[in-house]
Amino acid sequence: MGDRERRVVFVTVGTTCFDALVKVVDSEELKQALLQKGYTDLLIQMGRGTYKPSKLSTLQASGNSSLQVEHFTFSPSIADNIREASLVISHAGSGSIFETLRLGKPLIVVVNEDLMDNHQSELAEELAERNHLFCAHPQTLRENVEAMDLNALQPYVPGEAKPVVALINRFLGFPVD
Amino acid sequence: MMNIVTELQKDRFTPRYYVAALTDNMSLPKAQVYEKSLIHGDRETIIENAEFMQIYRSREVGQSYITAIATTLRAILHAMWLIIRIRPQVIFCNGPGTCIPLCASAFLLKVLGLGWSSIFYIESIARVKKLSLSGLLLYKLRMADQFFVQWPQLQQKYPRAQYAGRLM
Repeated sequence: MGDRERRVVFVTVGTTCFDALVKVVDSEELKQALLQKGYTDLLIQMGRGTYKPSKLSTLQASGNSSLQVEHFTFSPSIADNIREASLVISHAGSGSIFETLRLGKPLIVVVNEDLMDNHQSELAEELAERNHLFCAHPQTLRENVEAMDLNALQPYVPGEAKPVVALINRFLGFPVD
Repeated sequence: MMNIVTELQKDRFTPRYYVAALTDNMSLPKAQVYEKSLIHGDRETIIENAEFMQIYRSREVGQSYITAIATTLRAILHAMWLIIRIRPQVIFCNGPGTCIPLCASAFLLKVLGLGWSSIFYIESIARVKKLSLSGLLLYKLRMADQFFVQWPQLQQKYPRAQYAGRLM
């Protein structure tokens, strides 16, 4: 068996139910696309989803390895999962997005079309326009994976609260350090 | 919100009252963990500078708008009670509808000359092109003393808003 270098794809839906994403990630076509890109493992955090992904992948890439699949519902912190991943596929929640960007991981954000008020997609689209992540829909995920060029991604410089706090202090008449 | 709080000079902004919606079970624990981390060192001078409160929501996600009239009324009364009790000099709010009854109550007291709260509103970072309903209300009714947005496009669309970068 021996040691092999693991390249993990971490899929997260946060606290939401996003069966459409989990289903598409569970499909053989997508797993094939991930294998072609050199990924070895798939870890799915399913949240409140009702669709249970299979843990087996019968797919082989060039006859040797297949994608190792694991899944779980929730965990108190996904920071470690993100840290160990080579690629993150996430729902469009701002928490997941910024946590991943802060950790400097390549990110594909998948927008949930079933959500009524989809203002969430504004954030993903804006960050995609700035080349900080890739934006996809469940139906287009496979094409996005096949076409993605990780070198095109620009690192995201995290923001900070200091400028806002300085303005607040100034307004209240406090000396601004 | 915690991004702002961690950056504030604690001795200037004290005591701190954290208010979250009754059905929100994640926000207050986060604040409690943070406040706990501030208590350090000298055992004799542990000062309880923070209180944590919950407020009725005006309307739950998916609730019918008819019943929302009654629940909004309840939220407004509850908010009035909290504002009168706390008499804040500064209010920081960041978007959930929870803040509207509180800001409205504080604003009303201001108008009646019964109390003064400076209201600072920080729109969610997820709002890039459009304001949230809470943000829109506070902006149009000019209830906030300072109104922060986290994307330049919003600042252009709403000129009285301030853009000082993103918090995350």
